[in-house]
Amino acid sequence: MKTNLKNKIALIVAVMLLCLYGIFGIPSGISGHALLEAIGNQIHLGLDLRGGAHLILQVQVQEAVSTYTDNTVQQLQQDLKKANIGYSQVIKPDPLVVDPVNHKETGRPDLIRVEGISPAQSDAVGTLLGGPKYANEYEASSGADNSWTLTMKTPYENDLKARTVDQAIETVRDRVDALGVSEPLIEEYNLGASQILVELPGVSDLNEIERVIRETARLEIHPVDAGPFQDQQSALASVNGVLPPDEELLQTSGDLAGSNGVSYYLLQRVPVVQGSDFRSAVPGLNSNTGQQTVEFTLTNDAGDKFWDYTSANVGKNMAVVMGGSVREVAVIKSGIRDRGQIEGTFTQKEVTELSKLLSSGALPASLNYIAANTVGATLGADSIKDGVRAAVVGVVLVMIFMLIYYKGSGINADLALILNLIILLGIMGLSTILSRASGGGGLTLTLTLPGIAGVILTIGMGVDSNVLIFERIREEIRAGKAASAAVDQGFARAWVTIVDTHVTTIVSAVILFMFGTGPVKGFATTLFVGLLANLFTAVFVSRVIFDAHLDNLKPGEMVSI
Amino acid sequence: MEFFRGVNVNWLGWKWYFLAFSMIFSVAGITKMTLNWFHSDPNHRTPVPLSVDFRGGTEIEVRFAQPPDLDAIRKAIYAVGIRDARIQNYYNLQHPENHEVLIGLPEETNEAALDVGRTQVESALQTHYNQFNPATVVKVEVVGPTVGEQLKKKAVEATLFSLLGMLVYLWFRFQLIYGVAAVVACFHDTLITVGAFALWNREISLTVIAAILTLVGYSMNDTIVVFDRIRENLRLSRREPLADLVNRSINQTLSRTVLTSGLTFLTVLSLFVFGGQVLHDFSFALVVGILIGTYSSIAVAAPMLVAWQEWRAGQGKAASLPAARKAR
Repeated sequence: MKTNLKNKIALIVAVMLLCLYGIFGIPSGISGHALLEAIGNQIHLGLDLRGGAHLILQVQVQEAVSTYTDNTVQQLQQDLKKANIGYSQVIKPDPLVVDPVNHKETGRPDLIRVEGISPAQSDAVGTLLGGPKYANEYEASSGADNSWTLTMKTPYENDLKARTVDQAIETVRDRVDALGVSEPLIEEYNLGASQILVELPGVSDLNEIERVIRETARLEIHPVDAGPFQDQQSALASVNGVLPPDEELLQTSGDLAGSNGVSYYLLQRVPVVQGSDFRSAVPGLNSNTGQQTVEFTLTNDAGDKFWDYTSANVGKNMAVVMGGSVREVAVIKSGIRDRGQIEGTFTQKEVTELSKLLSSGALPASLNYIAANTVGATLGADSIKDGVRAAVVGVVLVMIFMLIYYKGSGINADLALILNLIILLGIMGLSTILSRASGGGGLTLTLTLPGIAGVILTIGMGVDSNVLIFERIREEIRAGKAASAAVDQGFARAWVTIVDTHVTTIVSAVILFMFGTGPVKGFATTLFVGLLANLFTAVFVSRVIFDAHLDNLKPGEMVSI
Repeated sequence: MEFFRGVNVNWLGWKWYFLAFSMIFSVAGITKMTLNWFHSDPNHRTPVPLSVDFRGGTEIEVRFAQPPDLDAIRKAIYAVGIRDARIQNYYNLQHPENHEVLIGLPEETNEAALDVGRTQVESALQTHYNQFNPATVVKVEVVGPTVGEQLKKKAVEATLFSLLGMLVYLWFRFQLIYGVAAVVACFHDTLITVGAFALWNREISLTVIAAILTLVGYSMNDTIVVFDRIRENLRLSRREPLADLVNRSINQTLSRTVLTSGLTFLTVLSLFVFGGQVLHDFSFALVVGILIGTYSSIAVAAPMLVAWQEWRAGQGKAASLPAARKAR
């Protein structure tokens, strides 16, 4: 045997061993059960096969923009005062409104307007707004009636939104980790803007996940302007029917201490304390009233701010707001710095969850889930069984046919086919090993149910290459060529066609991978890897087997095809 | 063993029959799709039934220990306030012992209440089916309008892009007319397959789109094999009339075409029969698609090349063969 051929065979054996390692790892034993377990450990299964929950969440990024401009409004008021510039008000002319039904966000939270500036000071305002403090983030323009308008710059706004989504992903990850889910996947969902994909293997109770992830702990403390009111109309009547842009009207959740039924409050839109100001929160119980409480601590900055506010507003009311409703209204008795206690209409479960959520970091904006699905583990197991059975039946039928139709060469094709499957599964297993080794980084290839279908299709493709080559060899033999020349020509001629057919299919696999989600991505994965493996087995390996066989032929003897 | 040795069929002589055959199936599909369009909900017009991932809505798959009474389920669900649920037996050929029922709820336009239907159905099942006939929810799918819409958009984009990608590749490898002929053949296959979904009232899901893209790839493969042979023969014998040459090329590759398609058909058929309920629509698309794809590479793509050349000759332009670029 030629050295060249020996080297090639060594390469094939090496690839095969590597891929076998990819499939089985180092199994604990060689019994069927141990091997199966090893495969399960190596091949990363999609949610449709192992069971689990899959959610798509929409991050209400406009809220983050709104929060940001709220802070700017406060900042601006202070700066104007410091510079001794007179103005009537700093407002957001078109504040964000979130439809409670479909969560559609309307309004322009990126706009801020300073109104009622004396004409003489208009230039001074322009200088302030064009200065380093605002110019990075806002575009300033002067308008009619001595006003100036700040508009958030688009790149800055997009950046802010992107950061909000990243932060939301981090927060959701922390919360999911607290649930104790193994191998969760939380990433930006590429099909829509500002959406997050959450995949939780082995979880089937949607209710619990949704509560933990979605019920945003946007716990805030707002100054109360007026209230309580019996209904919305009377609340609006107190402000002459039009809600001022810096106020909001919220309802209480059920009975608050000392009142009956739902009531309404007019609150300052800008909170004194917001979610990100909380450092920690611990559940507690007021032994006198028996009510659930949350004891919180604030960050240093927020503590200072809260101290300033509470000291200056002793005797006034403030409201604790969570999930869009007022949970507690309390009178400020004295200045509070960074420690406090919230007592309100919370259930014990809410208090425990709230403290867990506050400690894991607040969400920068609300999350709404826009799609969810779960697959039970039993259904997944059934799917694996069905899929594998279909694959085995398909492979066996094809292999038998190849043996009958191509005789000796059929063995060659069958070997190539088996090796193709080993490489395909091996690469999938190796990707898991690599990604584990790099600490969760790297791309883990996932096997899904459509992925199993992809494996079956790969069998068809693999056979196609062999059929193309064998038919060519037969033609060459018919044309009177000797064995080795026929094999040579057969491979050379079929090669062009094989490249073309593979490239076109790879094109569609890549596009599917880019556009697809979950299961379909899995299909594209196996199809893609299978096609690459097939180029190696059907062309290279099958050629080596032919060459080895040709070496052993007596002069004038023909290959069995 | 050999099936096709020295076949000599005049394929192009059949072109009018092929055209008639293709037309009948295309028109049947298009007619059914048009009818579906006008009979579908005016707010969500669709030519083919769409699965929940595109349509939006809620689907809950429930397994019962005993064969359940659909009317009883309907009543239980009606009692919790859901009026428009679709309840049907979900026959699972492989596992008839599972007694599965599919409960479908229409799309919830209120995204805040997306999940309310599911919760209600689950609690209704829990109260009515806890002891005598325990019900297990094995699969839930809740899709809001936003996700359904964006998925639909992406599916259309994926299909168009993959056709475009192949066209560009073929243009680069052969010549534009080859690419166009191949893409027309693929479009023909897609149309007939989607038409088959409309005719059989099967739902198109994201997985079915994947199957359609695969069969596009498959049909493209078959076409390329024939084209490759035409190109090769063109270089060898420049004097032969194109129609004869194309016929010869088809005949030479016929053995491969039939074998490969037959074998792939075998694997897909095993998927259709044994692959379980979840993959049923997926394998249906492939079963139809592979048959049509094989047919179209012989009966649509190759005759188009000849027709184009004849048309060019009729125009008095270069009556020569479409000058194929050299392979490699």
